[in-house]
Amino acid sequence: MTALLCLLIAVLTATSVWLMLSRSLVRFLFALVLVSNVANLVIFVGGGLEPLAPALVDTAQPDLVMANPLPQALVLTAIVIGFGLVAFMLVLALSSWKVFRTVDIDQMRFAEPEPDEATTSQLEEPRA
Amino acid sequence: MSWLPVACLLTPLLTAVAVFGSPRNRKLRGLLSIGGAVVLLLLAIWQLMRVSSAGALVVQPGGWKAPFGITLVADNLAAMLVLATAAIAVAITSFALHDIDEFRAEAGFDGFVHVVLTGVVGAFLTGDVFNLYVWFEVMLIGSFALMTLGAGKRQLDGAVKYIALNLVSTVLMLTAIGLLHGLAGTLNLADLHQVMAARENDSLALVVGALFLVAFGIKAAIFPVFSWLPASYHTVPITVSALFAALMTKVGIYALLRIGTLVFGMELASAASLMMALAVLTLLMGVAGALAETSLRRLAAWQVMISVGFLLLGVALGTPAGLAAALFYFVHGMLAKAALLLIIGLGERVGMAERLAESGGVAQLKPWLAAAYLFTALSLAGIPPTAGFWAKLAFVEAGLGADAGTAGTVLIVALVVASLLGLLPLMRIWNEAFCKPSPAGFAPAAPGQVPIHTPSASIFALVSLVGVSALIGIWPTLLHSLAEAAAVGISTPAEYVQVVLGIKPEAGS
Repeated sequence: MTALLCLLIAVLTATSVWLMLSRSLVRFLFALVLVSNVANLVIFVGGGLEPLAPALVDTAQPDLVMANPLPQALVLTAIVIGFGLVAFMLVLALSSWKVFRTVDIDQMRFAEPEPDEATTSQLEEPRA
Repeated sequence: MSWLPVACLLTPLLTAVAVFGSPRNRKLRGLLSIGGAVVLLLLAIWQLMRVSSAGALVVQPGGWKAPFGITLVADNLAAMLVLATAAIAVAITSFALHDIDEFRAEAGFDGFVHVVLTGVVGAFLTGDVFNLYVWFEVMLIGSFALMTLGAGKRQLDGAVKYIALNLVSTVLMLTAIGLLHGLAGTLNLADLHQVMAARENDSLALVVGALFLVAFGIKAAIFPVFSWLPASYHTVPITVSALFAALMTKVGIYALLRIGTLVFGMELASAASLMMALAVLTLLMGVAGALAETSLRRLAAWQVMISVGFLLLGVALGTPAGLAAALFYFVHGMLAKAALLLIIGLGERVGMAERLAESGGVAQLKPWLAAAYLFTALSLAGIPPTAGFWAKLAFVEAGLGADAGTAGTVLIVALVVASLLGLLPLMRIWNEAFCKPSPAGFAPAAPGQVPIHTPSASIFALVSLVGVSALIGIWPTLLHSLAEAAAVGISTPAEYVQVVLGIKPEAGS
């Protein structure tokens, strides 16, 4: 189980890094969704929660192996916060599209214009 | 007395709630915001006096004994930084009163400022590593709102970069916390210190430490991962720039310092040369950026990076004297950076332009503003008798210390080179923006004509920052003794651990 989850973490991390290196803001958004799940899974695996070691055990069976129940609370908190951040990023991507008519990071040079073309607009042609 | 840290935390939070719930009136919201900041300042002064006379305050909310509950700890370091934050908050909220437009105020600008303050104060006061993550999030979400509120094209563009990189850093931090918890089985910082100190030559701990370093490095804008800072700080209203310049990167450094000394004491010591290299590169990058920059506000953003570099020098040296110097600089840097940004904000009404070359004439129109700039610039450069001089003197003394070794020499060389080169951009601002004749449209008022009015709240904000900075310059002993006490506290964590875990019967809450 743990090995499987570790493999999943590796695949998700690789995918999200690949997505993050793209110039598209929408891909970055998907990368963020994946990578925040990676963080949650890491907490989950780090807590040692497994079918053989549940977080809550019956007091009648004190010899059962018990996992640390705290990671569940941590993951829950992290999911809520991650959800909020992803929602914020989604709105940001949407308003970037509305304002710039592009989600290509390379086209967004308003805050840091090229020294020689500071005044010329680079966004004559909208592109997806 | 142990309610004081809780009160410091609740004050900005309740102020934010009050602002969001109040009628959409710019003046009312601004005054509420200033009121909240003043209350925070008074509480922070009380807390610091209490902590320095009677030792650290520890709160165990809900009666959950450490390490099982979330602990709030106000030790010397936390109490000192909360006070500095509160002082900045009073100045920034006063300045916001006239700097922030109707639209932003109605959208809840003042509330978001207090959300950021809640996060910053929480991050300083918490004694729990997962709780630290939560306060970072509170701070981030508030800063995201400030960053995007009223977005023009430039501001939105800067915000995208700021938010994207900070989100990556957040996820790294969360991953590191998950791994740390898996490794140590606890989240309480004091308990973590005991567990981690018992492990020896632990390569897993090194990996987790590296993750934390990258995560906090992005927040603090340390050398290879700093690019969000000059991309975004100049696009927002000057009040926001000043708030971020004074607080945001500093919280990253604080977290690095706290987690580094308490949890990764061994690993931090073995990575000292790496930290020193990062510090020197951050410093040089900041200076190089400032030297090459033609835009006034972005030059100020590079100045923020220079101060991060100086702070990191002290952290990398790691001796109590080095940490004390860094903490002295911490407070001085917060005040000086906020003052510099506010001066630019006021100057933009009387002749400072986006491009430095198109600015001019401020000294003629507003001589007192020129005086404030001159003082702040001298303080940043480290000319006696300003606060910056004492900060740099403390750095040099730490570098010459017997326990500093080669790292001390590196520190002194980097400090001197960065200070000398860092003076040039500050002189360029003086020459271009203050001493040159006014640009078209900003001609000096003819006799009998009303000069451009500066609101008294804005003047109060600037004067209070420069005034406190000047007081530190005249009487550095107080801040220096506070910084020294805080540095001793973090370089010998045993006392912190005892107080938090209640090992000593006479200590604890």
